[in-house]
Amino acid sequence: MTAPATAAPREPEVDEKVARGMGLTPAEYARICDLIGRKPGYTELGMFAVMWSEHCSYKSSRVHLKTFPTTGPRVLKGPGENAGIVSIGDGLAVVFKMESHNHPSFIEPHQGAATGVGGILRDVFTMGARPIANLNSLSFGAPDHPKTRYLLGGVVSGVGSYGNCMGVPTVGGELRFHPSYNGNNLVNAMTVGLVPEEKIFLGQAHGVGNPVMYVGSRTGRDGIHGATMASGEFDQETEEKRPTVQVGDPFTEKLLLEACLEAMKSDHIVGIQDMGAAGLTCSTVEMADRGNTGILLDLDKVPLREDGMVPYEMMLSESQERMLLVAQKGHEQDLIRIFQKWDLQCSVVGEVTDGDRVVVKHQGRVVVDLPVNPLTSGAPLYDRPRAEPEGLHELHDLDLASLDSGGTPAETLVRLIGSPNLCSRRWVWSQYDHTVQTNTVRGPGGDAAVVRIKGTHKALALTSDVNPRLVALDPEEGAAQAVAEAARNVACVGAVPLAITDCLNFGNPEKPDVMWQFERAVAGLGRACRALGVPVVSGNVSLYNETEGKGILPTPTVGMVGLIDNVAHVGQAGFRDEGDVILLLGDAMGSLAGSEWLHVLHGLLGGRIPRVDLARERTLGELLRDGYRNGTIKSAHDVSEGGLAVALAECCLLGSGAGATIKLDPIDRIDSLLFGEAPGRVVVSATAANARKLEKAAEKAGLPCRKLGKVEGDHLEWKGLFRLSLATLRDVHEGGLRAIVGA
Amino acid sequence: MKVGIVVFPGSNCDHDCYYAAAHAAGAHPVFLWHKDHELKNVDAIIVPGGFSYGDYLRSGAMARFSPIMEEVVAFANRGGMVLGVCNGFQILTESGLLPGVLMRNKNLKFLCCDVHVRSELEPSATPFTKKIDKGRVLRMPIAHNDGCYYADAETLDRLEGEGQIAFRYVSAAGAISESGNPNGSLRSIAGVRNEKGNVLGLMPHPERCAEDLLGNQDGALLIQGFSS
Repeated sequence: MTAPATAAPREPEVDEKVARGMGLTPAEYARICDLIGRKPGYTELGMFAVMWSEHCSYKSSRVHLKTFPTTGPRVLKGPGENAGIVSIGDGLAVVFKMESHNHPSFIEPHQGAATGVGGILRDVFTMGARPIANLNSLSFGAPDHPKTRYLLGGVVSGVGSYGNCMGVPTVGGELRFHPSYNGNNLVNAMTVGLVPEEKIFLGQAHGVGNPVMYVGSRTGRDGIHGATMASGEFDQETEEKRPTVQVGDPFTEKLLLEACLEAMKSDHIVGIQDMGAAGLTCSTVEMADRGNTGILLDLDKVPLREDGMVPYEMMLSESQERMLLVAQKGHEQDLIRIFQKWDLQCSVVGEVTDGDRVVVKHQGRVVVDLPVNPLTSGAPLYDRPRAEPEGLHELHDLDLASLDSGGTPAETLVRLIGSPNLCSRRWVWSQYDHTVQTNTVRGPGGDAAVVRIKGTHKALALTSDVNPRLVALDPEEGAAQAVAEAARNVACVGAVPLAITDCLNFGNPEKPDVMWQFERAVAGLGRACRALGVPVVSGNVSLYNETEGKGILPTPTVGMVGLIDNVAHVGQAGFRDEGDVILLLGDAMGSLAGSEWLHVLHGLLGGRIPRVDLARERTLGELLRDGYRNGTIKSAHDVSEGGLAVALAECCLLGSGAGATIKLDPIDRIDSLLFGEAPGRVVVSATAANARKLEKAAEKAGLPCRKLGKVEGDHLEWKGLFRLSLATLRDVHEGGLRAIVGA
Repeated sequence: MKVGIVVFPGSNCDHDCYYAAAHAAGAHPVFLWHKDHELKNVDAIIVPGGFSYGDYLRSGAMARFSPIMEEVVAFANRGGMVLGVCNGFQILTESGLLPGVLMRNKNLKFLCCDVHVRSELEPSATPFTKKIDKGRVLRMPIAHNDGCYYADAETLDRLEGEGQIAFRYVSAAGAISESGNPNGSLRSIAGVRNEKGNVLGLMPHPERCAEDLLGNQDGALLIQGFSS
C-alpha cells in the first residue's frame, strides 16, 4: 500500500520586503540575488539572513578584528574555529572561549543565561575537550532599577542550573551594576576545556560520500531567528520576542557530552560541530566551508519535535543540545550504538558531496541549492563610519579637585566595601557548584581561580576582567587595561598568561560614536596583547546592545587563561600570618578619574584616566611569579576598583582572619591615596626577611615598592586615617548584595 | 578492596568518587553502568552525586528504577557496604535503603559552600566512620538543591533512639544552630545510616575534600572506610 502523496506546501514568495522582515537590508538582498544569479527561495533567504546576521558574520567588526595578534608558539587553533586551543605541554591543550547571550537573557533571564552556558560548553566539547571550568561576566542595570533584582536572580539561577547539572564547576567571573545596562544586561559565559593534543576535533566536512549525522535533541520550533534577534536593538516589542529564546535541557547536554567524548575515542568521526546560533544552517554551511566540500541534507531524516514543520523552520531552529557530525562511511552503526547507549537520537541526515553546494531536500523536493561561498565569505563587510562621541572632552575635563570627600575615611571605606560593585559576590557563587571535578584549588572570590590538572603538576589560572567605565572614558586605554588587569590577576596566583578570549559588547554599530568606541577598544586590546605576549585565540562580538536608542557602556570583556607549572607554587590574595610585612608594588597614589569612589560618592563618570605602563606590568608579573616560585611571597592581591584601602580590606577578609596596620602618609589628597585607582599595583605580604629580598628584587627590576605595614590584630587600621574591625568590614561586605537581591 | 561506582545518566561526581577511592583510600574503583545487572564482584559500592535522569521528577525518583539499583539493593540486603553521597543519598532514600526524604533547600536555591558536620556515631557503628571519633567536627563542601532532610516525628525519634543519625550540621565549634544548618534539615540531619550500619548516606561531599591540595582532607576519613 502506498501512502497518498501529500504535496509539501509551497514556500512563500520572496521579495525585498520579506528580506527586510528577516533583518536584511535592500542592498544586502540585492547582493544575494547578484551572488547566486537568481532570486533565492524562502528557506534560502532565511539561511542568508542568519548567516549574514551580525551575530554570525561579524560584518561590522571583522575589518577591525583582523588586527588582533592571534598566533604564538603555543597556539594550536586561533579564531575561526568553535574555540581557541593553546598547548600547555605534556601533550595537553586547553580549549576556551567566551560568548555572549545578552539579548536572550534580557528577554527570559533564566533560560537565556542557561542556554548561553549550554552553547559555550558545546563549543568546547565539540573540539574533543572535556570542560573543566566555567566563568561568567555579568552586567546589570542600576541596583534600584525595578527589573534588576528579577534579571539578576534569573540569570544567576540559569547559569547555575546548567553548569551544576553538567558537573562543570563555575569557578569565577564578574558582576557589575551600572544604569547603562538597565534595558540591556550582559551575560558573557566562558568555558575552559582540556584535550589531549592528538585528539582535537574540528568542525570540517571531509570525504565525499561520508555520512552526515545528526545527534542529540529533536528539532523544534524554538529559537527560530535567534541570531537575527541578537543582531537588533530592543524596543517596545521586545517582550514579544520571548519565543525566540531557546529552552535548555542540561541533562540531555550532559548525555551529549559523555556520548561525544566516548564516540571521539573511536576513529569514526571526521568532523563535528555543535548546532548553536542558526542551528542546522550554520553547522552545515560552516562544516562544508571549512572542508571545501558540499553537503546534501535530507530534512525528512531530521528528528522533529512536532509535526508540520517546514524546511524554513527546520533550517533555522535553534533547539538546543544538538550536534552535527561527519562520520567515516561504513561506521555509522558503530556511532549509532554509542549514542543509543546514552539514550540519544542519532541518525544519518545527509552526506558529504563533491563540489561546493549545500543542497537541502524535503519530501522529495529540493528546497535549497546554494553555493557555500556566498553564505560565508560572501557576507558583506562593513567599515562603518566612526566619530569620537560628543561630550567626551567635557567628561575628561571634570574638575576632580573641586569634589568633596563625602565623609571621613572610615565612613567612605565602609560605604565602598558594601557598595554594589565592590561587595561580596558570595550570594552569586554559592549558587554555582564550584567544587565538582575536585580540581578547584582557588575558587571564586580571589584575583583568579585556579584549577589543577590531574595527572600533572600543572594548574590553570582563570579570570575575566574589564572596567567599562575606563573604556567609556578612553576606549583604547580602557581596553588595554582590561588585558593588563587580567594578566595581573593571573600573576597574583602565580601563573603566566597564555592567551585570551574576548567578548566585545557594544551598542549599535551603525552609530559612528559606537563604532569609534569599538575600533578604539579593539586597538587597545591588540596593543596590550602584543606588549604582554598574549594572543587572542577566540572571541565573540555582541553589538546592538541598545534599548530605545540608548547604548551600554562599551564592555570588551577579557577572559584569560594562565599556566602554573607547579601547583605547589600557587598564590592567593588573603593575608596569612601575623607579623608578616605588607608591601605595595607599583605607585602609591591612584587617580579618582573613572573610579568607583567617583561613581559611589558623586554618581559621576569623568576625568582623565592614568595610562598603563605595559612593560612595567610585564616586570610586575615576573616578580610575582618568581616570588611564589622561590617562596618569598605569601600573598598578592591586585589593587583595582576602590583603590588601595579597599584592596587592603579584601586582603584581610580573604585571608586567615588577621587584620593589618598601615603607616603611609598622604603625599596628595587623602581620597586619592585611599581610594584612587591606577593600573600596575599589587599588595603583597611576606615575612620580614623575605620582604627585604622583595624590596631588593623590585629595585633591581625598576619597580616602585614600599612598605605599607604589618599583618596583625583583628582590625584594619591606617595610622592617622581610620581604624575598623574586620567584623564590621565583613558584615558590610557580605551584606551589600543581599540588600539588592532581598535575600 | 574493589569499589563499584554507579553511573546513572546525569551522574557527575562519578569520576570524583573514582579518583578519591583510588587516591585517598588506595582502593580499586570500577564503574557500574545503570543499565547493567552486573556488580563486577565489588566489595563496596558508592552511589555518587549528580543529577540522575536530570532530577526533573524528584531527585533520585527515576534512578531507583534502573536495573543496577535492583542489584545494589540486593547487595545492601546481603550486608554489602553502600555509601550514597548527595544525589546518591537521595537515591538511597528513594529506593528504601535509608529512611527519610530530601526536600528543597529552605532558601529554595542551589547551595554550594563548606559546612561543618558532627559525627553522631561511635566509630564502630558503620565501616565508613571507623576513623572518625564520635563528636568530631568535619568540614565538607555541599552542593545541592534538595538537601533538606525530612521524616515524620516518629521516624526521627526512632532514628535518634537507634543511633541511625550519622552526621548533623553544626557550627565550626560543633554546636547545633539555625545558622549552621544550611538547608533546613530536620534536627540538623546531614547523614543517616541503616539499621545494620552497612549503608550510609550524606549530603556533603567527602570525595571533594580528600586531598591536601584542595585545602581539606576531612573527607578522606570517610572514604578510607573502604581501604581495609
